[in-house]
Amino acid sequence: MEQAQIPIGMLLQKAVKIRTHILEMLAEAKSGHPGGSLSAVEILVSLYFYKMRHDPKQPAWPDRDRFVLSKGHAAPVLFATLAEAGYIPVSELKTLRKLNSRLQGHPDHRVPGVEFPGGSLGIGLSAAIGMALAGKIDKNDYRVYALLGDGELDEGETWEAAMAAPKFKLGNLTAIIDRNGIQQDGLTEQIMPVEPLAYKWKAFNWHVLEVDGFDLRQIIEALEKAENMRNRPTVIIAHTVKGKGVSFMEWDPAYHGKAPDKDTVKKLVESMRNQ
Amino acid sequence: MLGLMLVQMSSMRDALADALLELGAKDPRVVVLGADTSVSIKTSLFADRYPDRFFNVGIAEANMIGIAAGLALAGKIPYVSTYSAFVPGKCLDQIRNAVAYPNLDVKIVSSHGGVSVGPDGASHQTIEDVAAMRAIPHMRVVVPADAPATKALIGESWKTPGPFYIRLSRPSVPEVYSASPDLKIGRAKVLKEGTDVAIVACGVMVNEALEAGESLAKEGISAEIVDCHTLKPLDSDTIVSVARKTGRIVTAEEQNIIGGLGSAVAEIVSGSYPVPISMVGVRDTFGESGEYKELMAKYGLTSKDIVRAAKKLGAAR
Repeated sequence: MEQAQIPIGMLLQKAVKIRTHILEMLAEAKSGHPGGSLSAVEILVSLYFYKMRHDPKQPAWPDRDRFVLSKGHAAPVLFATLAEAGYIPVSELKTLRKLNSRLQGHPDHRVPGVEFPGGSLGIGLSAAIGMALAGKIDKNDYRVYALLGDGELDEGETWEAAMAAPKFKLGNLTAIIDRNGIQQDGLTEQIMPVEPLAYKWKAFNWHVLEVDGFDLRQIIEALEKAENMRNRPTVIIAHTVKGKGVSFMEWDPAYHGKAPDKDTVKKLVESMRNQ
Repeated sequence: MLGLMLVQMSSMRDALADALLELGAKDPRVVVLGADTSVSIKTSLFADRYPDRFFNVGIAEANMIGIAAGLALAGKIPYVSTYSAFVPGKCLDQIRNAVAYPNLDVKIVSSHGGVSVGPDGASHQTIEDVAAMRAIPHMRVVVPADAPATKALIGESWKTPGPFYIRLSRPSVPEVYSASPDLKIGRAKVLKEGTDVAIVACGVMVNEALEAGESLAKEGISAEIVDCHTLKPLDSDTIVSVARKTGRIVTAEEQNIIGGLGSAVAEIVSGSYPVPISMVGVRDTFGESGEYKELMAKYGLTSKDIVRAAKKLGAAR
């Protein structure tokens, strides 16, 4: 029933716009991280344009749901999403990584809508736990979402946080793992294997769900299921492809941190519009 | 002699617990985090009174700081407390990126700093924490002299938004202050006026400085004694004024002289009113097991070392 109401057409359009912004802003900046930004587009679209309770006109609204981008190098997808949602002007996106811009290489708290400066990997889930604990103290029913990279799971702090969230019975917390399989030096399973990933989180007492990270219906359905868990945090393992939407970037670790040039982006954007 | 002196000894840990209980009653935003040391440092008293506002994260300091950042972002005022052997050392990155960079209202109270922690040995004797915290933008660094100062300055930290590193020592020390001293963040306290040398100290070394002042007085040397509890922001007005007044400064701290109070004083004085400075502190070496007083003597952290330094600078009648 609920799924029938999901405005899939609008969400798909947002996804195309955000992918376009990401490519254009990275080309303009001449540096940054396309791969892990493109893999997370549908996750952010599902949250910001469907699931989350938020108001771009009141970024500090106490009752808002919170989104923590723990994999901070994917800042372009966050900034592009915040621009599409109305937190910042779309025209500002071209200032990414430039001197005196609010749009730093990694998320900066001065940007309206940025909840946490997640530049150094491994901290975001802890911060999300803090926000979720505060919600419980205040008896406020806002929800907290944290997006983690799969390479980021190498960080020990992630597992400290993974142990803590079930202890504190944080049903108001949902972690999402962008399982694109690639980290800077290569494939995650070669650099530092994280599998069996679902079993690890189950063993840490989390409610574990797995989805196709580009299927909006699946993502949204999982987010709804997570909300129904009253006293247990949920982790959604979203299976994605690094560099999604740009054929030559997909599955290529080189595009973890390499920006495309302007001419290439122009062609890519045209082909995306024609799709 | 001893029989004539009425010295009140008290512990900074008790003062920490007192301060937190008071803040907890005054402000529901105050929450406390511990990392399996809360019974030892007595923050468990806060946990007993306010169980919904105390979070024990286990032996996981990085997670503790990250959680504190999240709590602060959601409007709480977290006091995070464990041994200085672990905070900031095990979570410098979290303090830098999750607390200081966004300038959050997280108060780190680190207990058992310096070599005075005693028999636990070098692994547990932090000598670099103050230098590390001083070098991070937005961070304020406070090293109280005794229990009343600890309570007062923790109270002041609650009034001042932004991150704090407050470093306490383990031993009970003679009280420099009576109850509820009027201490303000960023304002050094002149404890005794003098003209021949200024002794600028922090933490447990304030007691040593006062003792050194008495010894020097017996030799006719008049020492100005300053409790410089806030290392950052440093009270440059007071420091420059004692430099002008006495023409020589001895600094005294229970940490590595590299990057600590002596460095902070030199950074100010060298540009404003250069005078010779002699730094009493740990001389870039690790500590070892031993009793508090034995260690202070071996590592050159006593009133005698301060007196020697003052005389070396030519302090004379």
